[in-house]
Amino acid sequence: MTKLPDAEALCQQLVRELKPRIGPKTAMVGLYTGGAWLAERLHQELRVEKPLGLMDIAFYRDDYAARGLKHDPKRTTIPFDVNGAELLLVDDVLYSGRTVRAAMNELFDYGRPASVSLVVLADRGGRQLPICAQHVGAKVEVPEGMRLRLKRDAAGKLALALEADRAA
Amino acid sequence: MQRDPQLNANGELQHLLSIEGLPREILLQILDTAESFAGVTEREVKKVPLLRGKSVFNLFFEPSTRTRTTFEIAAKRLSADVINLNVSVSSQSKGESLLDTVDNLSAMHADMFVVRHGESGAPHFIARHVAPDIHVINAGDGRHSHPTQGLLDMYTIRHYKKDFSSLRVAIVGDVLHSRVARSQIHAFTTLGCPEIRVIGPKTLLPAHVEQLGVHVYHDMRQGLKDVDVVTMLRLQNERMQGALLPSAQEFYKYYGLTQDKLALAKPDAIVLHPGPMNRGVEIDSSVADGKQSVILPQVTFGIAIRMAVMSIMAGNK
Repeated sequence: MTKLPDAEALCQQLVRELKPRIGPKTAMVGLYTGGAWLAERLHQELRVEKPLGLMDIAFYRDDYAARGLKHDPKRTTIPFDVNGAELLLVDDVLYSGRTVRAAMNELFDYGRPASVSLVVLADRGGRQLPICAQHVGAKVEVPEGMRLRLKRDAAGKLALALEADRAA
Repeated sequence: MQRDPQLNANGELQHLLSIEGLPREILLQILDTAESFAGVTEREVKKVPLLRGKSVFNLFFEPSTRTRTTFEIAAKRLSADVINLNVSVSSQSKGESLLDTVDNLSAMHADMFVVRHGESGAPHFIARHVAPDIHVINAGDGRHSHPTQGLLDMYTIRHYKKDFSSLRVAIVGDVLHSRVARSQIHAFTTLGCPEIRVIGPKTLLPAHVEQLGVHVYHDMRQGLKDVDVVTMLRLQNERMQGALLPSAQEFYKYYGLTQDKLALAKPDAIVLHPGPMNRGVEIDSSVADGKQSVILPQVTFGIAIRMAVMSIMAGNK
C-alpha cells in the first residue's frame, strides 16, 4: 500500500509558498470538485482580495465525443474581471494535463489574464500534454489502474485517497 | 417490452420526442445541465465548443419564430453549424415526401434534426427512419407534444419556486389544441407535483382529460384559488374547427387572465405563457407585463434548456 502524504500539511505548505505572490491583481479559480475544495481553503488563508472563481470544465472536455456529457455539471462562476488578473488556477491532482488544457480554454472565454500559474496539491506524473505546475504540494507515485483523489470529510478536513480507476 | 424510442440501449437520451415516457432522472439531468448552461449565456463569450463540427438541421414544416430562433441560438452557442429549412415553402410544395427530404439532408451529413410538424407523430416517424447516429428533437408536433417547451416551463418554475413537491399549478384555456399543456401535465406528474388543475370551457378540454391525473375546473375563479403557478395557453384560432367558442371576447370575459382573477391565486404566484400571446384574449396586458409574469424569462431559459438537450443527446452513442 502506497503511503500518501497528508493533504492538510501539503495545503499549509502551499499557503507558505504562495504567500509572497499574493497582490492586488491576484485572483484564484478552483476546478470542481477537489480543486474547488483546495481553492476555498487557499483563498481564505491567503486572504485573496478578489472573490473566488469556481469552474467546471465539463463543456470543454476533449473526451466529450467519446464519453458524452457528464451528469450534473456544476455552474462555472467567475465573479471578477479576468482581464489583466494574475491568476492562480487550482486543482487537486495533476495527471495527463487535459483538465488544465480545458480549464485554460474556458478561462480565456472570460477574458485575457495577465498570467496564469498552476497550483496543485499532488503531481502524479503521466503528462500527455506540454503542461507543468508552478506550485506543487508533493509528487506522488500512483500504481497503475488507480486514481488519486482528494476527499473532504464532514468537518472539512482534506485527505488524499487512492481508488480503482473506473475509466482505465 | 419494447424500448421507448427516445432512449438508447444504455437507457440514455437518443431522441427527444415527448416528455411522456421519459424517466425522472433524465428530466432532472436536463434541468440541472441547463442550470450550468444558463451561466454560459450570461457571460461575454456565450459559446462552448461541445458541438463543433456537428450540423443541426432546423426542419420546420410549420411556422415558428421563437422556437426556431431559440433552437438556432442554442445550437450556435454549442458551436454547431445550423441550417434552417422552412420546408412548407420548399420541397413539400414540389411534392417530395417527408422521408425523401430527410434522406437528402442525411446525405448532407446531418447530425441532428429539430422538427416541427403540423401532424402528431411526424418526429417519431423521422426518428424511426434515420441512421442510429442521428438525433431527432421534436419542436412541436400537431396537438401531441412540445417537449422542450414543457422542459423550459419546468426550469422556469423550479427557478422561482425551487421545488415541485408542494406546488399547486393551473393550466388555463385551450387545452384541447395544446401540445404545451400535454407536455406540462406529463412533466409535472413525473416531477412529483401534487396538484395539477386544468381550467377551460368544456369545448376546449379534451374528453377524459381527468384520466391524466388532473383536476378539471370550468370556473376560472374556483380553479385559480390558491395556486402557485398559472400557465395561460394561447387560444389557437388556426387549429379551431367548427363553433367551439361563441367569440374571443366572451372567452376573455370568462377565461382571460386579468389582475382581479389573478388576485385569487397565491400572492407570489407566477404566470407563464408559451407565446405567442393574444393580448386581450387569454391574457390582459397588465398581467402579461406585470410583476408576477415570467413570460420573458421563459424565453431566455429556453435557450439553456435547448443547449442542455442537444449536448446531452449528441454525447450519447
